Amino acid sequence: MPDARNGGSAPAAKIGVYVCHCGTNIAGTVDVRALTEYAAGLPDVAVAREYRYMCSDPGQELIRRDIKDCGLNRIVVASCSPLMHEPTFRGALIQAGINPFLLQMVNIREHVSWVHTSKQEATTKAKDLVRAAVRRVRLHQPLEKRRVEINPSVLVVGGGIAGIHAALNIANSGKHVYLVERQPTIGGHMAYFDKTFPTLDCAACILTPKMTAVGSHRNITLWTYAEVAAVEGYVGNYKVKVRHKPRYILDDLCIGCQECVEACIYKEGRWADEFNFGLSKRKPIYLPFPQAVPQKVLIDPEACIEFKSHKCKKTCVEACGERKAIDFNQRESFDEIEVGSIIIATGFKTFDASRNVYYGYGKYKNVYTSLEIERLINASGPTGGEIVLSDGGKPKMVGIVHCVGSRDHNTNRWCSKVCCMYSLKLAHLIRERTGAEVYNFYIDMRTPGKGYEEFYDRLLDEGVHFVRGRVAEVTDWPVHPSEKGKLIIRAEDTLAGFVRRIPVDMVVLSVGLEPQADARDVRRLFNISCSEEGWFLERHPKLAPVSTFTDGVFIAGACQGPKDIPDSVAQAGAAAAEAMALADAKYVELEPYTAHVIDEACSGCKTCLTICPYTAISFVEETKTARVNEVLCKGCGTCVATCPSASIEQNMFEDQEIFEEVEGLLAYA
Amino acid sequence: MKYAYYPGCSLKGTGRAYEESLLAVLRVLDVEVEELRDWNCCGATTYMSFDELQSYALAARNLSMAKQAGHDLMAPCAACYLVLNKTQYYVRDYSWIGAIVEHALDAIDLPKDISAKVRHPLDILLNDVGLDSIRAKVVYPLRGLKVAPYYGCQLVRPYALFDSQRNPTSMDRVLEACGAQIVYYPVKTQCCGGSQKGTLPEVGLDLIRHLLAEAQRNGAEVISTVCPLCQFNLEAFEEQASNAHQFHFPVLYFTQLLAVAFGVPLTDAGFQRSFVSIKPILAQREIAYA
Amino acid sequence: MELQRVVKFEAERDPEFVRWITQTVGGERIRHCLQCGLCSGSCPLSLYMDYTPRRLMHLSREGFKEEVLSSYTIWLCTCCYACMVECPKKINITHMMYALKTRAIREHFYPKRFAIPVLAREFSRMIRGSGRITESRLVMRVFFKTAAWRLLGFSKLGLQLMRTGRMRLGREKVEHRADIVTLLNAVDEMKKELAR
Repeated sequence: MPDARNGGSAPAAKIGVYVCHCGTNIAGTVDVRALTEYAAGLPDVAVAREYRYMCSDPGQELIRRDIKDCGLNRIVVASCSPLMHEPTFRGALIQAGINPFLLQMVNIREHVSWVHTSKQEATTKAKDLVRAAVRRVRLHQPLEKRRVEINPSVLVVGGGIAGIHAALNIANSGKHVYLVERQPTIGGHMAYFDKTFPTLDCAACILTPKMTAVGSHRNITLWTYAEVAAVEGYVGNYKVKVRHKPRYILDDLCIGCQECVEACIYKEGRWADEFNFGLSKRKPIYLPFPQAVPQKVLIDPEACIEFKSHKCKKTCVEACGERKAIDFNQRESFDEIEVGSIIIATGFKTFDASRNVYYGYGKYKNVYTSLEIERLINASGPTGGEIVLSDGGKPKMVGIVHCVGSRDHNTNRWCSKVCCMYSLKLAHLIRERTGAEVYNFYIDMRTPGKGYEEFYDRLLDEGVHFVRGRVAEVTDWPVHPSEKGKLIIRAEDTLAGFVRRIPVDMVVLSVGLEPQADARDVRRLFNISCSEEGWFLERHPKLAPVSTFTDGVFIAGACQGPKDIPDSVAQAGAAAAEAMALADAKYVELEPYTAHVIDEACSGCKTCLTICPYTAISFVEETKTARVNEVLCKGCGTCVATCPSASIEQNMFEDQEIFEEVEGLLAYA
Repeated sequence: MKYAYYPGCSLKGTGRAYEESLLAVLRVLDVEVEELRDWNCCGATTYMSFDELQSYALAARNLSMAKQAGHDLMAPCAACYLVLNKTQYYVRDYSWIGAIVEHALDAIDLPKDISAKVRHPLDILLNDVGLDSIRAKVVYPLRGLKVAPYYGCQLVRPYALFDSQRNPTSMDRVLEACGAQIVYYPVKTQCCGGSQKGTLPEVGLDLIRHLLAEAQRNGAEVISTVCPLCQFNLEAFEEQASNAHQFHFPVLYFTQLLAVAFGVPLTDAGFQRSFVSIKPILAQREIAYA
Repeated sequence: MELQRVVKFEAERDPEFVRWITQTVGGERIRHCLQCGLCSGSCPLSLYMDYTPRRLMHLSREGFKEEVLSSYTIWLCTCCYACMVECPKKINITHMMYALKTRAIREHFYPKRFAIPVLAREFSRMIRGSGRITESRLVMRVFFKTAAWRLLGFSKLGLQLMRTGRMRLGREKVEHRADIVTLLNAVDEMKKELAR
């Protein structure tokens, strides 16, 4: 049948139909033989074949050979979802020398054999779908993919261990990296720790070299106390607006000598030190922690007198002297950068232990979270590494409660993966430093990593008590004389089979990991998705854990799901590799499913401009018509449907093509 | 404001003081109640252990009649409150339970609609009447009387319909509005044992003792309750539970404390039915009363 | 030293019991139980139980009917919901305890003159007859059927209750007593229908 649009001068369509068995996946439910015979009888079908695995080499060879030998110019493949093998079959068409868009795939697996049990119904449906595809594919036209260049620079959002590792990797390959971190220093959660499991490496010793490398790397632009404010663009061509929060310190001039802090009007700290979770106090002008990168102070405007009364003596400015690095008039500022890809490594937050009322956090004095204990243990923490009770005494009995805010339908359903290991680590450190009796209350001991089970073995040797039972409550109500003055942990010792009450001096709550509080807002900035629980969504949990459904945006580390440092670093490396692969490929090809305006028909009503969710349409003053930017266009079809004069068409989804397909479906006879 | 009123079996027996004080307090607050005509026992926890489905039907009869009466149903006894609410939830969530209950109501010519809202007086006082109205009616403020607020286990568990499940404060707020001082009472939702004191005496006594001891340790002068069985358990066995520590608390219904504050004569609020008189404490605290 | 050989063979499991408990109201999620022990830890009565609630859940879902129905646990449970409030898997433990109690009463898994099933039976009898409970009469009936001599211990309390007007001796009843009987019979009827 002649091609209707060309007025009958185009060559006649010669269609090849290929039906895949997919082993028994399709053939088990669809009568593939009957389907193939039916297809052979359809108009314009020159060849119809069936094969066990069409995606395999011999399968594709069938297509290639037929194109060459029989002069086929349109192909229909009835198999699995195009998401699986459309590129494979398009590749076969290219190899055989014809345009890859002269292909139509019919999904007779996910849409037919996987959702039907009756062979008769399934086969009938498959026949309808193939018939529709055959009618449609006649109208396919050759199309070309468009290329866009990739900007080799990369933006890394988040300066924890994952962000740092990714940034260093990319910077070492010669590409430029912008590392944006919202805290005044990089380092993330790892900077709080004293030792890391299972090797008991000092966290600061392994982290700070990487931090300083970032701070001094010539290919890294480090912006701390900054946040991403807006993102525009598409893969390879992102325009990002970064907001710098005012430190009231001139970055280039401050050398981190801290004489201003010494000289501050307040002789003693009075505000809760955030880095030590309120266990110590700081002044209004402060360095976040001793190994901070960048090594620059900042001023807290809520605490500093100058901001409240404008009458401070400003001894800090005096101490700064000739450097003049303090600027009380600093305002927030913005930077606009252009990058080709973005890696999001924004990390996690810990569960708020006060949500579990029965554990007494915030109510009883010696109940701490694991992060608070890390600070107590850390030599640069509030007590210089001494593990002490709130009254300064040494604890003789310590209870560590696992699964606080994890594996619990009342709070978070998931397992936070790292808490068993860090609870074991804390048990070891507490025992080592204080000699106290340590009790770990767990449900399951999850130690899956390399060296982790061996670490557990070590703890078992050290005399730590393990009680298998989820803690029901922490109370100060003594029932037995030995419990007076202590905090009593009440749990069933499930392995022994009875309830136990264990009096301790200090309770450590092993809090679970949660997505950051503003994860759902941040994800919108970058146009990616979150899973149901709030972690950033990866493209595929097994095969694509660091890419997202938005090309050019990658995720790495705990923001994708709870994980330990080795896994965060591995993911950071993976994300860096993907970003580098994108940059080295130098260009990316875009699918041609785009819309275009037929100038002669366009009335200039501008309805499509506001409708486009990707702001891909602009108005051309000279011709008074709309124009679609094919690079920004995502092929959603909204403008096509909206245009009142039907003057926008979309490649691969032209009106005639759709009508033919519909009529094909309805033409059951 | 008008409500249908479901006293439950205990409020006509050992819990008489609850009914008396509740009705007196509602009169002061201009809240009208009408006792549900011909109400039957809700079954409480005991019938549920005997025959679950019959228990739903018994509760449903009251709910159907309440729906007909056209007002929200006030159920002061915490056990009745729970059973009536539970019946509604289970009838809704399990279609076969709904079918059986409907069939049973049909058999006695009652409509199938059992969606009457079941409310506890604390809920009504807090949310319908409002703390401001309560404060306005106080004539003899409770001048910092130390009250241990005992909610019992059934008021907010498993359905926390008007208050927090782990740390309820509705009674606290209502009594504070009358000038009482609420002491820290961490076992405020721990079970008193219910009928265990009768069937398994040593077990029941242990639970009661724990509740009394915790109240004493935190300096309470009075214990305030919302459930007739809790009140009975704590009061009747105080002496038995005393060992190294002597317990001698007046154990009252929260409505009785409200009644004192509102100037209702003590005999109209069932105070003559207590085993331990509150008068010495009132005198000590210089709290006036009628 | 009295030795006992204990090993459990699969033939001793009762598959019907497993089917029943997983289909009973509240038992749908019993397979989700992690055996974390939070229920036992929160239960104020668990100190007295031979099998803690957690253990009982596991025994029930594995079909060890004898152990479960003859445990003290089901009688000690006061159905206070403390376990359910905390359970991280949101398992309706309390309702399963009700179901086990009911079944144990029906199948007579309790010692002679045991107060709790007697209470349940007398309670239901009184409701069937009068529609309401008269506390004093109920208490006396239960004591007479279990340990009448204990009533003496309660005589002081009884006098106190009488003195303060809290002991009603007259029978509390509803007007439409026949309705109650019809209601309860209708339930039984429909149950039999559905069982078929």
